[in-house]
Amino acid sequence: MTKDDCKKLVLDIIADIAPDEDLTNVKSDVRLRDQLQLDSMDFLDIVMELRKRHGIEVPEADYLQLASLDSCAEYLTPKFNALPAKG
Amino acid sequence: MQPSRIVITGVGLTAPNGNSLAEFRRHLLTGVAGIERIDVRYMGSQLAGVCHHDPLRYQKKKELRVGTRAGSISIYCAREALADAGVSLDTLPRDRVGIYIGCTEHGNVETENEVYNISKFNYDTKFWSHYHNPRTVANNPAGETSLNLGTTGPAYTIGAACAAGNMGLIHATQMLRLGEVDFALCGGVSESIHTFGIFAGFKSQNALATHAEPARASRPFDKARNGIVISEGGCLYTLERLEDARARGARIYAEIAGYHVNSDASDYVLPNPQRQAECVRAALARAGLAPAGIHIVNTHATATPLGDIQECEAIRAVFGEGCPDTHINNTKSFIGHTMGAAGALELAGNLPSFDDLTVHPTINVDDLDPQCAIPGLVLNQPRQAARVDTILNNSFGMLGINSTLIVRRFVP
Repeated sequence: MTKDDCKKLVLDIIADIAPDEDLTNVKSDVRLRDQLQLDSMDFLDIVMELRKRHGIEVPEADYLQLASLDSCAEYLTPKFNALPAKG
Repeated sequence: MQPSRIVITGVGLTAPNGNSLAEFRRHLLTGVAGIERIDVRYMGSQLAGVCHHDPLRYQKKKELRVGTRAGSISIYCAREALADAGVSLDTLPRDRVGIYIGCTEHGNVETENEVYNISKFNYDTKFWSHYHNPRTVANNPAGETSLNLGTTGPAYTIGAACAAGNMGLIHATQMLRLGEVDFALCGGVSESIHTFGIFAGFKSQNALATHAEPARASRPFDKARNGIVISEGGCLYTLERLEDARARGARIYAEIAGYHVNSDASDYVLPNPQRQAECVRAALARAGLAPAGIHIVNTHATATPLGDIQECEAIRAVFGEGCPDTHINNTKSFIGHTMGAAGALELAGNLPSFDDLTVHPTINVDDLDPQCAIPGLVLNQPRQAARVDTILNNSFGMLGINSTLIVRRFVP
């Protein structure tokens, strides 16, 4: 998985948890909270959906790593690539 | 000192057969029921009353995702009631608005959903939603409404089984009279069709209706009645002290004339006609009315074989003789049992009678049960009344809670 693939997966999750938001121009290097209406419960949603959809665990101490799409990709891509191969 | 006169100045509702008072009333007068078949988890196809209003009219998609169905119904009804009352939130002192919403139950839907959800993950509770607690707290529907409206006065629910819709109005009347608030949104809501437990519970009680034709399934007083049709719905009113309503030139639907609440203290589920009759008589006494002074009695009857007979016994005891101008009807025959919304919705369906002098009927009575043959029953077709100045609304609930609310035509 590339970092761009990872950003796409995160955006897919955000599209579901923030269905009123226009995600076409989300800037990768800007904090998600500064450009979208996301609160702390929404970030818990991102954590939950990573767990449910992809089997990825994000410990509470690492929540800050989800601040922007770029930081998400930096933090999550290795986790995705470390997942056991499906099938 | 005389208590303040309290008046109804707005109505917002969603029912299985109408998303506004006008539509609801039209269907009550033309015999249009609102029962259909839905798929219920673990139970398959069941009869139910489903509301078809557009929740996105007053909520964002995210609010719908995060909140509950009961909260969403409450918000729809509250916004509709405010619009109907001609009140802008910009002019209301937001800390003086009270929200009092009756509920039969709350939290079952979300709890069932979460248990089902974690069943897909081997019951690992780390998959349990972080929204579970705000969704299931008992004040949820009222709290979601205050969030949506931005009102900062008291907002809470009143748990009163199926008497809850009346209780919302009664409690609001009390709070306005106490001066706790200056403006109230009140009534009842139900999201019950989204929990399988209520269907399974009534089925285990042998109290769940079955019928080949959904529209004919809810049949209070009919010999062939065989139980309750479970429905969702909501109805909230704006209530104000008369002087406040007149000061802003409000249209007044009706005045709260009297009410009473009591308890059977006799059984978990079997109604007690003596206590019901006492409740009705106490409400009449508070209103300063004799039984003959009531022109419409809206019954609670849910179409269970025994419950209807019990209520008819109570009605017969109070209105059985010397009440030639008293007409008796039932709204559940159209919309099923909307649980916490029932009292509020059923009152709303009758309010227009003050203007059109027409009493909506009880439908689906093909063969009247002789034990339910009380004088004044309006069967299958609407009836013109010589006068409609008063409406008495009964709502009763499990654990023996009884509520009676009387409203009268507003006369300055």
